[in-house]
Amino acid sequence: MNIWVVLAAGGLATYLTRLSFIALAHRGTPPEWVARPLGFVPTAVLSALILPAVVTPQGSLEFDMAMPRVLAAAAAVVVAWRTRSVLLTLVVGMGVLWLATALLAP
Amino acid sequence: MPLQPGVSDNGTRGISPRVVRGPPYAAADARGEFLHGVAAELPLLLGVVPFGMIYGVLAARAGLTRMTAQAASALVFAGSSQFVMTQLVAGAASGLVIVLSIAAINARHALYSASVAPYLAHLSAAWKALLAYLLTDEAYAVSIGHLQADGPRAKRHFFLLGAGLTLWASWQVSTAFGLFIGARLPSAWSLEFTLPLMFIALVVPQVKDRAGLVAALLAGGVAVAAQGMPLGLGVLLAAMVGILAGTALGKRPA
Repeated sequence: MNIWVVLAAGGLATYLTRLSFIALAHRGTPPEWVARPLGFVPTAVLSALILPAVVTPQGSLEFDMAMPRVLAAAAAVVVAWRTRSVLLTLVVGMGVLWLATALLAP
Repeated sequence: MPLQPGVSDNGTRGISPRVVRGPPYAAADARGEFLHGVAAELPLLLGVVPFGMIYGVLAARAGLTRMTAQAASALVFAGSSQFVMTQLVAGAASGLVIVLSIAAINARHALYSASVAPYLAHLSAAWKALLAYLLTDEAYAVSIGHLQADGPRAKRHFFLLGAGLTLWASWQVSTAFGLFIGARLPSAWSLEFTLPLMFIALVVPQVKDRAGLVAALLAGGVAVAAQGMPLGLGVLLAAMVGILAGTALGKRPA
């Protein structure tokens, strides 16, 4: 198959997935049996993206131990919970990651 | 970059009277919403830009031409599926397998679509078509909390537009950097780890009760356990398990 056909088909499939429910939705409040599960979508999907990235990252050029990332993520959870600050979560998380990487390096 | 909602470029309009909704989202007009969306997306670029550059490098190594690799960032516009695509191209997989892989990995976007749909229902077809194109992990993550918040909602879609366009531009540019210049950022900095950290910062405030906590922990645990599943379907399965558990356990965390 021509690479351009592959890209067009893959792009179209992705786009239609993103458009699906947006195109279908009509005005008015969605019924409770729809609204309740939707309320859990951000929590569930983002958590499903976070934990594998902490334990076993992909798309990365480096290969190091998981422990510094686990410590950094744990610190980030605490900071996000206590402060609700995105910036502070980022700073503390990366600080713990770099510190733990340096200290735990073989 | 000055972020002053309600102030026009030439300064003639002055400060909009329709503001003051309290921090962190102070503006209810279109321009203010847009700029807040841009500002909310900026911290994520710390992780997105290295990610896009690495994609560009790997795509070039996999034998994709610069034009096709860049076109993938514009047409598919979904990082993890583009990484898998380069692996499959390098491994000479059939076109059908590549298309199905992209579709499966991006199936989670249907959940984002359903999640934002009630807040975009009042918009024209053209707006819906545009915002659907921009509905990535990162744009969704920073926008959904704002879309759900109380207050006037008529112009909230400009927030998603600002976040989405910011991510789109940085993804195209970082892809080009990776393709033409190569990834020069030291990998020891682990800048790609800022993405999961950002998601943590955005998810934790969403967890307000036991049902939310169970949904988060179950989804995360299943995602790790199901990593062996083909085509990245583990993420979709994990999200569904988390959503069902949360729904069964408690009230909607709104």
